[in-house]
Amino acid sequence: MNGGGGKNLRDFLDRLGRWAAAGVAEFGFAAALVGECLFWLAMGRKRRQPVRLAPVMAQAMEIGIGALPIVTVLSGTIGIMLAIQGIYSLKLFGAESRVTLGVAMSTVREFAPLITGILVAGRSGSALAARLGTMRINQEIDALTVMGVSPVRFLVVPALVAMMVMLPCLTLWADLVGLFAAGLYIAPQLGSTMGAYADEVTSLVQMNDMLHGLAKSGIFAVLITIVGVINGASVTGGAEGVGRMTTRSVVHAISAIVITDMIFVFMVTR
Amino acid sequence: MTRRSPKFITNSVEVVNLNTHFGDRQILHDVSLEVRKGEIMVIMGGSGSGKTTLLNHLLGLLSPSSGTVRILDHDLGKLSPMERQLLRTRTGVAFQSGALFSSMSIGDNIALPLREHTGLDPTTIGIMTRLKLEVVSLAGFEDLKPAELSGGMIKRAALARAIVMDPELLFCDEPSAGLDPVVAASIDDLILRLRDAMGMSIVVVTHDLDSTFKIADRICVLDKGRVLALDTVEAIRASTDIRIQNLLNRRTEEAEPDPDAYLRRLLGDSSNQPDGIRRT
Ligand SMILES: Nc1ncnc2c1ncn2[C@@H]1O[C@H](COP(=O)(O)OP(=O)(O)OP(=O)(O)O)[C@@H](O)[C@H]1O
Ligand SMILES: [Mg+2]
Repeated sequence: MNGGGGKNLRDFLDRLGRWAAAGVAEFGFAAALVGECLFWLAMGRKRRQPVRLAPVMAQAMEIGIGALPIVTVLSGTIGIMLAIQGIYSLKLFGAESRVTLGVAMSTVREFAPLITGILVAGRSGSALAARLGTMRINQEIDALTVMGVSPVRFLVVPALVAMMVMLPCLTLWADLVGLFAAGLYIAPQLGSTMGAYADEVTSLVQMNDMLHGLAKSGIFAVLITIVGVINGASVTGGAEGVGRMTTRSVVHAISAIVITDMIFVFMVTR
Repeated sequence: MTRRSPKFITNSVEVVNLNTHFGDRQILHDVSLEVRKGEIMVIMGGSGSGKTTLLNHLLGLLSPSSGTVRILDHDLGKLSPMERQLLRTRTGVAFQSGALFSSMSIGDNIALPLREHTGLDPTTIGIMTRLKLEVVSLAGFEDLKPAELSGGMIKRAALARAIVMDPELLFCDEPSAGLDPVVAASIDDLILRLRDAMGMSIVVVTHDLDSTFKIADRICVLDKGRVLALDTVEAIRASTDIRIQNLLNRRTEEAEPDPDAYLRRLLGDSSNQPDGIRRT
């Protein structure tokens, strides 16, 4: 209309509007998906389409047992790292004897759930997106639909249940390993023993702190599954599309985890 | 012909004035057709004429911009999700690419509908699965994964999965495309047997003329999203419509009548789209 600037602005607003609409649509889709999962969990048996245990177990093995080695290594590493940094920074004002408090709190409340969530998003969230995306382009999802088998009930609910059980379990394991590894560094540094360190940890860490971390990991489990499913289900354009959506699902899941973590902490911890 | 003797009572499929758009491109124009109980209806037409789109409407995978689709006396547009799921246990679909579940063995693929929809015990399901594998001459292959089968075997396994629930209505997309003539003929025979022995109504989408004339009771010819003809094999063969004759005799479309339009298209003038993809 009046020159290039106006047109560019209009184009920009147009793109912004489309982007926002797509974002809102995706959120709506996510909410509907969670609702449908709950529906099948609650009503599946009555509708003669129960959620079966075998695929849940298979997924749980894959998500949980498969991630155990890497979760162990990383949470141990982070426990030691936190211990080193904690002692270094507390030494500045001669308070290194208080390091256990900082390490225990930050591991149980923050690092264990966060690191486990990110790992599982990278391992299993991406695998879920790739599996569903491949099934989509092979028309396997259509085949399920026309058979009268709900793809949500058959594919999504087992993954969601397995994820919601296994992620908190992995987080609990990461808590233990992280605290143990931190103790390996802290005890000799402070000239005490592992036994004394363990006593200190158990007296410092409250049930509340454990639950804070585990509740977050439960939320992360839902985020990872739903993001993986949405990206997998919206694959178009062949193998290249599967690759693109798999990458997108990992990036989105990790972003969602970190942002949700911040919001959760902001709401719960003040 | 004796095989057309049963009295047809109701229609298995009824499509009335179906219109479809992808974006603002209209793909199907006022398509109406009905498939009678116990007949084999072949949907044919050139590439891009809308056959797969029409089939997706019949399967309820697409919803129309206007018009109705009735399957086994149920209006797809008016069914609740649960009723639709129930209706789908009475129909079978063999997709063009097979669409077998790649993570499962052939046997598990075929057994899946039985496991999900019937309360049968595993032994019975195993017997019924092997029975259907025998029917499509794939006995002994039940433990293989789809990736370990040839293209023709995948098509036959997909057909076995489609009929494992003994559906009243069967849809096949290109059941014999890309197969060697012997296997293609055996699939045609199988489709005829299913109709004769079980009284199934069958909708087949195909390019293959030989197979069309062999199996069809009636033929629906689609052209650029419109029903060009809907009639018995004899009537279609005898048709004087030039476009039908072109299709039957494998002649290409008439040469471009307007060289200017051709030139404009080459130059990328979008205001001059060919008929099939005219913006509406
Ligand atoms: N998802 C889609 N989005 C946009 N256009 C589509 C889509 N699917 C099909 N079309 C268009 O619809 C028209 C009909 O396609 P359709 O797949 O139904 O043809 P067909 O008759 O099955 O062809 P073929 O014999 O080659 O498989 C084509 O012009 C195609 O470009
Ligand atoms: Mg097609």
